[in-house]
Amino acid sequence: MDFRRLIISVTLAWLTVFVFLPHMLLVGTSFMSPDADHLVVWPTTLANFEKVFTPVYFTVFWHSLELAAIATLVCLLVAYPFAWLLSGFKQRTQAILLFLLILPFWTNSLIRTYAIKIILGKKGLINSALVSMGILDEPVQLLYTEFAVIFGLVYLLLPFMVLPLYSSFDKMDTSLLEAGKDLGANALQRFRHIILPLTMPGIISGCLIVFLPAMGMFYIADLLGGAKNLLLGNVVKNLFLVARDWPMGAAFSVIMMLMMALLLLMYAQANKLVSKKGGLNDENL
Amino acid sequence: MKTSDHSGYQGSAIKKLGSVLFISAVLAYLYAPIAVLVVNSFNSSKYGHSWRGFTWKWYEKLLNNGNLMDAFWHSLTIGLLAATLATMLGTFMAYALYRYKFALKKATSGLLFVVMMSPDIVLAITFLVIFMALGIHLGFWSLLIAHLTFCLPFVVITVYARLNGFDGNLIEAARDLGASETRTFFSVVVPMSMPAIISGWLLSFTLSLDDVIVSSFVTGPGYEILPIRVFSMVRVGVSPEVNALATGLLIFSVALVVLAQLILKKGKSQ
Repeated sequence: MDFRRLIISVTLAWLTVFVFLPHMLLVGTSFMSPDADHLVVWPTTLANFEKVFTPVYFTVFWHSLELAAIATLVCLLVAYPFAWLLSGFKQRTQAILLFLLILPFWTNSLIRTYAIKIILGKKGLINSALVSMGILDEPVQLLYTEFAVIFGLVYLLLPFMVLPLYSSFDKMDTSLLEAGKDLGANALQRFRHIILPLTMPGIISGCLIVFLPAMGMFYIADLLGGAKNLLLGNVVKNLFLVARDWPMGAAFSVIMMLMMALLLLMYAQANKLVSKKGGLNDENL
Repeated sequence: MKTSDHSGYQGSAIKKLGSVLFISAVLAYLYAPIAVLVVNSFNSSKYGHSWRGFTWKWYEKLLNNGNLMDAFWHSLTIGLLAATLATMLGTFMAYALYRYKFALKKATSGLLFVVMMSPDIVLAITFLVIFMALGIHLGFWSLLIAHLTFCLPFVVITVYARLNGFDGNLIEAARDLGASETRTFFSVVVPMSMPAIISGWLLSFTLSLDDVIVSSFVTGPGYEILPIRVFSMVRVGVSPEVNALATGLLIFSVALVVLAQLILKKGKSQ
């Protein structure tokens, strides 16, 4: 077999067996009936998707969406100015700061979640700092609250929001801002009509890589959230590994896949807007 | 005019100060929890609420904790193997996508994109489903295949970008001079892509060591890796050995990155 055929067939074989087939099987599973002994049995049914909207599941699903949405928003509000300011530094400083931003990744994220658990405790760093500064009279309960889950999600996901935003700011043609200024646009107008549209692809891709993974991070909810603040990941993990209701778990996964497709569509739209003919990034201009 | 220039200068100085402060604050947020772990790994106090003197005892406990050390070596093994195999397979894939036309080429990049964008929890389940369907025993092999697969797209993207950046005529020249496709790949393409191959490897190794979600689904009782072990330790209470472990991992990773930077620099200067 020649080299060309070898690498092409290995590529296709691997992706078919370990990516394409598994996804198809997962979608298929979501339409099957659950069975304690065989995991999945006929007949096909829509019941799993209907069950998503029953109060038991929907409450958790909705709460998980809320937690992930707030975490995404907080990430965006911190990462946007961070990326913007970062792009204003000298090249070398930018490289060092980016390195510092991703360095924490080299410790396992579970260990970092444990670190958050330590600092959020009644006698942890945050409580003792607030008490010693006189802001609080006595330590407050931070752990096992919604706040703790959001804090943990933002902590782990913030760099993922910064990177795409930074790349948008880095690509931004600053002469457009000069032009805007010369034409009499004030700072707010320049932001609204130039900076915001140009960084929109970064905003959307940042939200995409923060929002959906946030819903899956069951270990954050396990360590920081207590029983009331579950994420979708906890539900799915429980359905697959404990309750062994695979079709129901698969239905939730399919819903996440659909949400991902929707977000990707939005991203493609925003990108088109930026690079369309006569648009802000039109290369022919 | 002079005064307005002056105030402009002051304004930009304040701006600069503001941006330095903001960036430092965000970095402090990222590093404070890790710093607490590192400090506590040397703290005699078990709960780490206050400093009770320096000690190495948590490191001794860590080294004597057989289960935890086993899990550490298992994680390292999976990380090294998955990163190496993903880099090899990913480099082949990037080259196939770059050089050849073939049926399902669009589908290939589409599938890689799906792996990259899918939330971990969805990927984890697809792996679990296929391992069950194929009868692959959960443990070493399932972990290796899953880690290898989720690292692939990152290698492909890194290497593909590098291939796109260099002169395609070099490949044609090698072919004209009589090198076979295989020879061209190993003697021209691989050496020229080396920086991207090294970055791809490092990225894969990092992703593998950082993973919790996929591993939790495809692990088996026979081959416990770090996140699973650590999870059961920290879920119930405080484990100072974990602080020592975190410190060790951090030092190890920083050393690895510095080493990689040195290799990359040396490669550039040659």
